[in-house]
Amino acid sequence: MFKYILKRFLMVIPVIIGVSFLVYFIISLTPGDPVKMMLGEEASEESIQEVRDELGLDKPIIVQYFKYISKLVRGDLGVSYRSKRPVLGEIVARFPITLKLTFWSMLVAIIIAVPLGIISATKQYTLTDSICSVAALIGAAVPNFWYGLMLIIWFSLGLGWFPSGGYEGIKSMVLPSITLGTTAAAIITRMTRSSMLEVVRQDYIRTAKAKGVNKKVVIRKHALRNALIPIVTVVGLQFGHMLGGMVLTETVFSIPGMGRLMVDSIKSKDTPMVLGCIITLATVFSLVNLCIDILYAFIDPRIKSVYK
Amino acid sequence: MESAIKEKYMSTVEIENLVVEFKTDDDIVKAVNGVNLKVERGKTLGLVGETGAGKTTTALSILRLIPNPPGIIKEGKITLDGHNLFDYTEDEMDKIRGNKVSMIFQDPMTSLNPVITVGEQIAEGIQIHQNLNKSEAMKKAEEMLELVGIQKERATEYPHQFSGGMKQRVVIAIALSCNPQLLIADEPTTALDVTIQAQVLELMKNLREKYNTSMIMITHDLGIVAEVCDEVSIMYAGKIVEHGNLEDIFENTKHPYTEGLFNSLPNIEDRKSMLKPIKGLMPDPTNLPKGCAFHPRCIYAKEICSKREPVVTQLSDTHYVCCLAYENTEVKINGGGLIE
Repeated sequence: MFKYILKRFLMVIPVIIGVSFLVYFIISLTPGDPVKMMLGEEASEESIQEVRDELGLDKPIIVQYFKYISKLVRGDLGVSYRSKRPVLGEIVARFPITLKLTFWSMLVAIIIAVPLGIISATKQYTLTDSICSVAALIGAAVPNFWYGLMLIIWFSLGLGWFPSGGYEGIKSMVLPSITLGTTAAAIITRMTRSSMLEVVRQDYIRTAKAKGVNKKVVIRKHALRNALIPIVTVVGLQFGHMLGGMVLTETVFSIPGMGRLMVDSIKSKDTPMVLGCIITLATVFSLVNLCIDILYAFIDPRIKSVYK
Repeated sequence: MESAIKEKYMSTVEIENLVVEFKTDDDIVKAVNGVNLKVERGKTLGLVGETGAGKTTTALSILRLIPNPPGIIKEGKITLDGHNLFDYTEDEMDKIRGNKVSMIFQDPMTSLNPVITVGEQIAEGIQIHQNLNKSEAMKKAEEMLELVGIQKERATEYPHQFSGGMKQRVVIAIALSCNPQLLIADEPTTALDVTIQAQVLELMKNLREKYNTSMIMITHDLGIVAEVCDEVSIMYAGKIVEHGNLEDIFENTKHPYTEGLFNSLPNIEDRKSMLKPIKGLMPDPTNLPKGCAFHPRCIYAKEICSKREPVVTQLSDTHYVCCLAYENTEVKINGGGLIE
């Protein structure tokens, strides 16, 4: 098991290299000159050249990239073109906000989705099931930013229950968490439903019933745990999706998280900051998926025996 | 207390005119069409027939475990201790399932929950029905494991760590853990290889003697019937076509279908002879033939067989058959092969 975890941990490295490579080149292909953005349109040709030399921007892209990587290995993410502060410091300051928001959103999603999915599955083809399915479909179809704005209009501007934006404690987390959470909930509900439906048809569920186990206990003890693998998988994937969804949600709710930091950096072609953000996201996403894979072993003893 | 125990083992299970249907989008599948059965205490009834004859559906009806939807028990009555099982609530049924009536399922590979230890799966039923706490139930579960010939140390292992034969023994241990008065064994040996088959049958026979359990043995293997059963019901297209004790069925075969089943067996004394399978296939249960359901495959069939449904003809106290040949019609059967 430990060996497996270590192996998976090491696999994060090529992921980071691949991601940074792609991002580096994509940014270099986008139009616009970061130095001009830094110094303003009126800057003289000499001062521009000077800054270029300083940043090493006149060298070939591949050389720039390798320079970046060699620094990255030493834990140096570089200095932001825009703020002139170390990238790492800014990410450390802002990523926890994003992570916290993701956590709350996921909690909202799971609390809504898993019970709804189970109810849908146990009452297949009934009115309850149809209502859950339609709700999930709407949840998956509605765009995040619009939904977030609607929540602001109703609960913040209309009822005044929650702040419309900013980051001041738990109360400001409620609306963004619901925004992100319900979208994920829609997908997790569908997955829970189909996974449960497959499991409740299995022979061992019949065996449990034939033992005289109460129907509710059969669902809770025998069915849910077997249905959990696909559910957990989709939760892991939704986690990555949520980190991406932060870009919009943080903008709508003006939360000073990493999503907004990234958008602002892309706009100003702040390559080191964009790379820093994306590498952080990729690493976290890889680690979350590793956690999910480890979780499999605790859910299903058959997988555990394979990991050895 | 003693009288209660005595009563538990005095009873019989009786199925009267059971009709089970499965509703699909466009069809109604008639799985069981008026089955009558009775199993006396300590006796074993063999329920024999081809795949799709409705044997398992009949058995699941006793436990009221027909998947609904799509299955519904349309008509009939199943009594245990003189009580109609269909009158019970779900909670009351839970007290019967696994306790008074339990079932050994056909496929041991899929009948055990892969994420729960074997010991826990056996202990679960014990804990529910015998008012024991978890550790006491676990202890009893270990005893059950030893009873079926598995070391008790293995109780903490998961089903994937067991072989097929051992899994089947675990399924048997689950079914026997609360000393049921009726044990339904649905092809308990089909998934096992021959050597294990013999062991499992021996085990079931021993346990039946020890606890005086009534048994319904569902099988299509006539060898097993001869070995463990007292009475036999031959089932075809959701109906019992012939019923009798072992001697009636094996020595005094009446129904053409039963005869066909025997003819399908390989003859060890004449190794060169060809097998004589029953021609054709089980009829489509959504569209059963008119008259006798077996007539399209019956070598003795006459015109009347496609028009009139046969009724039960009682041949002796123990033996009945459901065939027009025994109802004073023009259909004639001459013990083993001759027509007219």
